[in-house]
Amino acid sequence: MSDHASAFVPPKTGFFARNRDTLLRTLIPICVVIFLVLLWQFIITVNSIPQYILPGPLAVANSLYNDWGTLSPALWVTTQITMQALALALIGGVGIAIFLVQSKWIETAFYPITVILQVTPIVAIAPLILIYAPTTQVALLICAFLVAFFPILSNMVQGLKSVDHNLLNLYDLYGASRWQTLLYLKLPSSLPYFMTGLRIGGGLALIAAVVAEFAAGSAGAGSGLAFRLLESQYRLNIPRLFAALVLLSLLGVVIFAITSFISWFFLHRWHESSLKREN
Amino acid sequence: MSTSQAPLIPAPGDTRRRPLVVMRSVSKMFSSGTLALSDMSLTVEGGEFVSLLGPSGCGKSTALRIIAGLGDVSTGTIDWPSSRINSKGLPEGDISFVFQEPTLMPWQTVFGNVYLPLKLRGVSKSAAREEIMNTLATVGLADFADAYPRELSGGMKMRVSIARALVTKPKLLLMDEPFAALDEITRQKLNDDVLRLWRETGITVIFVTHSVFESAYLSNRIVVMKARPGRVHADFPLKTSMSRDAHYRTSEDYRQACEKVSNMLIDAIGGEEH
Repeated sequence: MSDHASAFVPPKTGFFARNRDTLLRTLIPICVVIFLVLLWQFIITVNSIPQYILPGPLAVANSLYNDWGTLSPALWVTTQITMQALALALIGGVGIAIFLVQSKWIETAFYPITVILQVTPIVAIAPLILIYAPTTQVALLICAFLVAFFPILSNMVQGLKSVDHNLLNLYDLYGASRWQTLLYLKLPSSLPYFMTGLRIGGGLALIAAVVAEFAAGSAGAGSGLAFRLLESQYRLNIPRLFAALVLLSLLGVVIFAITSFISWFFLHRWHESSLKREN
Repeated sequence: MSTSQAPLIPAPGDTRRRPLVVMRSVSKMFSSGTLALSDMSLTVEGGEFVSLLGPSGCGKSTALRIIAGLGDVSTGTIDWPSSRINSKGLPEGDISFVFQEPTLMPWQTVFGNVYLPLKLRGVSKSAAREEIMNTLATVGLADFADAYPRELSGGMKMRVSIARALVTKPKLLLMDEPFAALDEITRQKLNDDVLRLWRETGITVIFVTHSVFESAYLSNRIVVMKARPGRVHADFPLKTSMSRDAHYRTSEDYRQACEKVSNMLIDAIGGEEH
């Protein structure tokens, strides 16, 4: 080999060469999951474990397909409750945060109340909410909202208070109104904090929607995946229980992916968190 | 006095040479009980380039912030004889401030950052565009209008900050150790730029610094301050027979100016009780 050979490597052409990193990053986790599923099926088959103890992936897939008529409306209900609760939590969290930072006295007066709401276990207040709420759906929504809104609130309060003091001085200097300062400075400046709250809140909304449904013990046609989980357990229909579980996991993953994308979309142009280190 | 000196210090009778801001016996006590300024009086005339020089803790930044209306005076008054003042007693739109940090909004482009003062006044983006691009051109950043602050070097960020301060065409530019965090070469370039802008626009500058060399290079008047409590120790003009450019840095004039300023500063620090 000549001495010059290593001096210059021409860039590789072709789709696979150019996207090698991205492909590997996608393929490796997929391979791991496939391997684990195969291992699962293998263990079930070799040990002939009965379905009512641990169903194999094939049985779960079968159940997903056959029970889709029962599971899909439940999935839809859980998705709706989660999304509605998250939306309310965003509005409530941001709104209350803006209200709290208006003055030190307001924060001193009201912040403890939000903390009490947060630290009280949702399972413990769910029965109470069930009594007061007009329908079970509304009760579930309230529960999921209470859990999801606190991380959004506390992150937002932190963000609104972390605005660069010199920028605040600058806005004062140019005679900016309270409204202008909020709209052009405080809200954009707290966007990274809001995005953290959104990602945590999204995950918690789903958890709360499920926990609240357990606590509420709701049943019947309008119920979510949590009810289908319990129902499958009572009937020892373990493959269906796993199928419901898979759907819940997938829903969680989708929520995580969407909130991460939203965060990336709004921050990637300017925020350090979305910046690649150049060394 | 040579003819090149003429634009630097306005002649008597020049309309620019009128008191722009008058501080009378201003004191400032912080809530912690520290007396930051004691009985400080200072009159700055239109077109001057005044440096506030002094050891750290002498209240020079506090004085600048008080002039800008960022914080109230404890006693004394600040008047603006040649400006229209608003309800807060501040000359509306006549002052701009450049902080030690560039203080840019990272979520806005260079254009958006310079647009801010006009946006807060309700000027539409399209109406402001020409003014913004012109101002960016004067600081040499016309090609960077769409860049985000994180893509710029420290010196370039400072230029954006200066452009933002100039876009409203203020009468008075307040600069609080603006180049202290920059490397020496960038700092000298920006000093030359500030001098050029001052000469071209006829703007009045109050420049806070702790650098003898910077103040001697830039100013035509130097106010040396003393610490604990902050007050004026010396106030004198700096006259030179040549225009200030790259040659001035190596001239005898500059050396003498530095020596004079340095002696005054040593005097101010030496007079403190330790």
